[in-house]
Amino acid sequence: MENTNLTLGILLQLCQLLLVVLMAPLLMGWVNQCRAWLQNRSGPGLLQPYCTLRKLFHKDAVLAHDASPLFRMTPYIVFGCMWLAAAIIPIIAVDLPFSPAADVIALVGIFALARVFIALAAMDIGTAFGTLGARREMLVSFLAEPALLMVFFTSSLISHSTQLPHIVETFAHHEFVLYPSLAFASVAFVMILLAENARIPVDNPSTHLELTMIHEAMILEYSARHLALVEWASSLKLLAYISIGIALFLPQGIAGVGNWNALPLAVAALLLKLVAAGAGLALLEALIAKMRIFRVPEFLGTAFLLAVLGLLIHFLLGA
Amino acid sequence: MDAIGILPLDMAVGAILLWMVLGLSGLVLQRLPHLITGIIFPLGALAALAVAGTGLWALGEPPGVAVLPLGLPDLPLHLRLDPLAAFFLILLGGASFGVSLFSAGYFRAMAGGTLGLLCLEYHLFLASMALVLLADDAYMFMVAWETMALSSYFLVTTDHHVPDIRKAGFLYLLIAHVGAVAILLSFGVMQGGHGIGAYTFAAMREAHLSPFWSSAAFLLAFFGFGAKAGMIPLHVWLPDAHPAAPSPVSALLSGVMLKTAIYGMVRVIYDLIGNVRWEWGVLVLAVGAATMLFGVLFALMQHDLKRLLAYHSIENIGIILLGLGMSMAFIGLGHPVAGALGLIAALYHTLNHAVFKGLLFLGAGSILHASGLRNLNDMGGLIRKMPKTAFYFLIGALAISALPPLNGFVSEWLMFQTALQAPTLTNDIVRSLLPLFAATLALAGALTGMCFVKVYGIAFLGRPREPHERPSTPGTGHDPSGMEQCGMAWLALGCFVLGLFPSYVMLMLNRVCVSLTGHGLSAGALTGSNWLWLVPTASERASYSPIVFMAVIVAVMLLTFLLVRRFYHGRVRFCDPWDCGFPAQTPRMQDTADAFGQPVRHVFGPIYRMHRELPGPDDPAPRFFLKIEDRHWYWLYLPTARLAEFASSKVALLQHGRIHLYLIYTFITLLVLLAFV
Amino acid sequence: MSIPFTTQIIYLLASILLLVAFAMLSQRRILSLINLFAWQGLVLSVSTFVVAYSTAQHHLYYSAVLTLLLKVLVLPWLLHRLIRKLNVKWDVETLINIPTTMLVGIALVIFAFNLAAPISQLSESITRGLIGIALASVLLSLLMMITRRKAVPQVVGFLAMENGLFFAATSATHGMPLVVELGIALDVLVGTFIFGIFFFQLRETFDSLDITHMEKLKDDNS
Repeated sequence: MENTNLTLGILLQLCQLLLVVLMAPLLMGWVNQCRAWLQNRSGPGLLQPYCTLRKLFHKDAVLAHDASPLFRMTPYIVFGCMWLAAAIIPIIAVDLPFSPAADVIALVGIFALARVFIALAAMDIGTAFGTLGARREMLVSFLAEPALLMVFFTSSLISHSTQLPHIVETFAHHEFVLYPSLAFASVAFVMILLAENARIPVDNPSTHLELTMIHEAMILEYSARHLALVEWASSLKLLAYISIGIALFLPQGIAGVGNWNALPLAVAALLLKLVAAGAGLALLEALIAKMRIFRVPEFLGTAFLLAVLGLLIHFLLGA
Repeated sequence: MDAIGILPLDMAVGAILLWMVLGLSGLVLQRLPHLITGIIFPLGALAALAVAGTGLWALGEPPGVAVLPLGLPDLPLHLRLDPLAAFFLILLGGASFGVSLFSAGYFRAMAGGTLGLLCLEYHLFLASMALVLLADDAYMFMVAWETMALSSYFLVTTDHHVPDIRKAGFLYLLIAHVGAVAILLSFGVMQGGHGIGAYTFAAMREAHLSPFWSSAAFLLAFFGFGAKAGMIPLHVWLPDAHPAAPSPVSALLSGVMLKTAIYGMVRVIYDLIGNVRWEWGVLVLAVGAATMLFGVLFALMQHDLKRLLAYHSIENIGIILLGLGMSMAFIGLGHPVAGALGLIAALYHTLNHAVFKGLLFLGAGSILHASGLRNLNDMGGLIRKMPKTAFYFLIGALAISALPPLNGFVSEWLMFQTALQAPTLTNDIVRSLLPLFAATLALAGALTGMCFVKVYGIAFLGRPREPHERPSTPGTGHDPSGMEQCGMAWLALGCFVLGLFPSYVMLMLNRVCVSLTGHGLSAGALTGSNWLWLVPTASERASYSPIVFMAVIVAVMLLTFLLVRRFYHGRVRFCDPWDCGFPAQTPRMQDTADAFGQPVRHVFGPIYRMHRELPGPDDPAPRFFLKIEDRHWYWLYLPTARLAEFASSKVALLQHGRIHLYLIYTFITLLVLLAFV
Repeated sequence: MSIPFTTQIIYLLASILLLVAFAMLSQRRILSLINLFAWQGLVLSVSTFVVAYSTAQHHLYYSAVLTLLLKVLVLPWLLHRLIRKLNVKWDVETLINIPTTMLVGIALVIFAFNLAAPISQLSESITRGLIGIALASVLLSLLMMITRRKAVPQVVGFLAMENGLFFAATSATHGMPLVVELGIALDVLVGTFIFGIFFFQLRETFDSLDITHMEKLKDDNS
């Protein structure tokens, strides 16, 4: 029994690995489609990201003359990190054998690793926009990272574990309890999600104005397969963040330990949640205006504050 | 081993003696500099390896004690090798092995006379640090401590013809001695007036102090060791002194010598005083958090590479203090198991910092040697000229930025896990403060990441910034020689080993912890941790497996690479950088180190004391000037200095220059003493 | 978890109350500030309603309705009218910058929570954890009054402070007698009117609503 469970777990883990990597561009397409609808455009269609990726993979990579090996390795590293991150978050079932390898704190570490590499790659060619992007990205990150950790701390303190499977177990499969602290944490988390995924109001994913760019400015020098991997990695990152949101704040429907029969339902629930989250993200982006770069610290400071308040309220109310 | 009759302590003493002999022979051989670098430094490295091995061996043994027939009457020199000392011996040996190897290559170009002196001071420095760790009475400890301070002072002022370096050295010596006086007073408090025999550590362990006196001893020791460790507000010497020394020495100063101060703190607080109070923990936590944030924020403002690294040493001392503070708060409030975890996290970080900071300083030394540059604003593109150094430096940078799967991450992860034990506490204030301190740790970690993106991106990546202005420097740059690379490779390997096999280190530290506090990790941690999994409390609460982590990422990367190659192609074309098609691009358009720190300067503006001159828009010769200063100078040091000057000017009234008056002073003093004593 | 569901809802509402207090503290625009105040009133009203339901105290229903009318509809409407009349839609100017205010706010919350902990121990009612939150929101409103330069935000701060007190009264002690509540409601209403008149006077005298101008009113013979 133990063995079959482990085998099934590994099978499930591999399925999720495959699922996330294939689904991530679709999610991106869905968000873009919703945005287009909200802006009264017809939109490129759901499958556009796949077409873009295919096109990019077919092209010849163009590199600057003095690009270092680090520049060429970074897309693979970033892609690997994001893939791993998205794959170990329990969104369908909690039996993921890889998941205990990296708890929530290590998850923050994975994101940081990818970010450091992409910022370094941005500085590699030595262009003005690349360093500008790297500098701004690090500005956003050093504020978002502690806030994200505080969000994780709140849920970890409630569930007495820093492992996502156990957190999901606590929230989804025990008696339903309203946690005010989690309400705070969720608001903070949405703000962090917007900032970390280069969405409005912190960054504009579809900008073509160099001086306002953050993420785009960092990857200006990438082309073809490298660009494809970086883009794919960002869609994986978005999926990973939304998955974290689902795992922490909306875990209902995720299949519990050894409960393999609940899997079809869990997949359906997941799809529903992702559709809703994508639409919500697009709606948020349609409603908010992009802010000046030096308002960003305030924005993220607020996120941090909310997370801290959640933590304090947890200590006061015990909930 | 016992059959041979050698104890770990004997071996450690042997290695120390070897170091001393090597130092002296360096002085003798100063006419043959190639022998010094070719033989003495590698031998010193072997002795370091022996010290590390001794430490590993002694961790599993009961404490060894020895009394040397030297020293004061009634107080012969006591030596003791217990698990705590053994752990720090591993740190000392491991880090100095790499540094000594590096030195063997690095000092080749140095003139014979200076080299001979340097060799003496260097090995004396190592030996005195080892003696500090082994000392088992206050006298021995202070002698070793002062030897360490003096030898390091001479090492710092190796380039004593530069006035700034002399000044830095003086400041260092001054604060080191203020600290030493505090430590001495602390020992005095702890021996409690029981005569000279009570100056042994064994007697201090036995002594029971009242809460007031134990707090006094704690405060004095915290102040004294803190001055050596560079904690706020006694840190001002550190960013001046560490960069002044030759790079391998900086590596030892930052990597190892600061740790002897941590050793002293742990020894006095946990071992000699014993009953830890939680209020002390809160104090240490607050000072630690302030030190950490201060260090990293000022590091971000630096453009001198070695100075930047020195500020990061301040930051890391803050992190270590944070771990110690959490541990003390937990122990003081009656949770020794959580306290043990905090202590382990702090000691783990101590070891990690020794490894990666050593590595980074060696990297900085290689850059300095190869290109003559210390100012980041002049660097750029070094990865193309010195790819191997760039690789090692990258490992160090990733490790210090607390990124998985390297070692810096493990210790910070353990600290977060300790902070998450907060709900067990009953004290409301401490309970709500601990996660907040953890948040400052996260902030510092992220800022460190930013800082090392800055360092690496500006020094190694991009294009050389000021190529035309410096024709005189050997701007070509090249990777250092084999010995130097070995030194860096050893420390880089350390980053990986400590990062990938954390449970071994944790279980090793558990022994230290049990021997100090009588408590260790929980049973869940001991059963759950093996080569694959690191489990700090219980496997359902938290776990981390760097090996699985690393394996999956590498596998995924390789898979992606192969798939892309298999289904598509690997064609590459080269051309000029695109940069959104802007036509004129010069290397000067890249961010400088100061520019990279600008957002931080903006966000944390009030912390800095800034002098800035911005050129006007129609200035024909625009020149941007920025100077960042430490506020501590203005509100603490300058007033203190003025006070001291004022006091001495009053005392100077006594001075008349006439010998009769002086004789009268002596006479009166004699009379007073005879009358009262 | 054995906490009844209604209590959980009250906890949640209390947290939202605190959240709104912080949002007000960080808000730069007067219009949004007034809207936030209305939201706070709504939260207060709902929480009063839930307390009334869970403890079956009928007079609390009246308080809930009263709160809804007064604090969600009448007062915001009055304030909206006021700023239209005065034509003051400018951004709120703060004396201390917002992040610092936030940090002070966090410190206040920790302080309030620790202050309330012994009081909460005494109380036997189901909602004893809430006094800390109420206290914190009172302190935060006071902080907002201190840090704002213009008169309108100060009034909003005053009203928000009253909200915090009201919350403490309803949640911790299940409400005051209805007469007292009516009296307070009337007071608040009258207070707002008086403030309104005061604003007009202020503007006529100084041509501005910046209360720092009031420093000129002091005896200035020198």
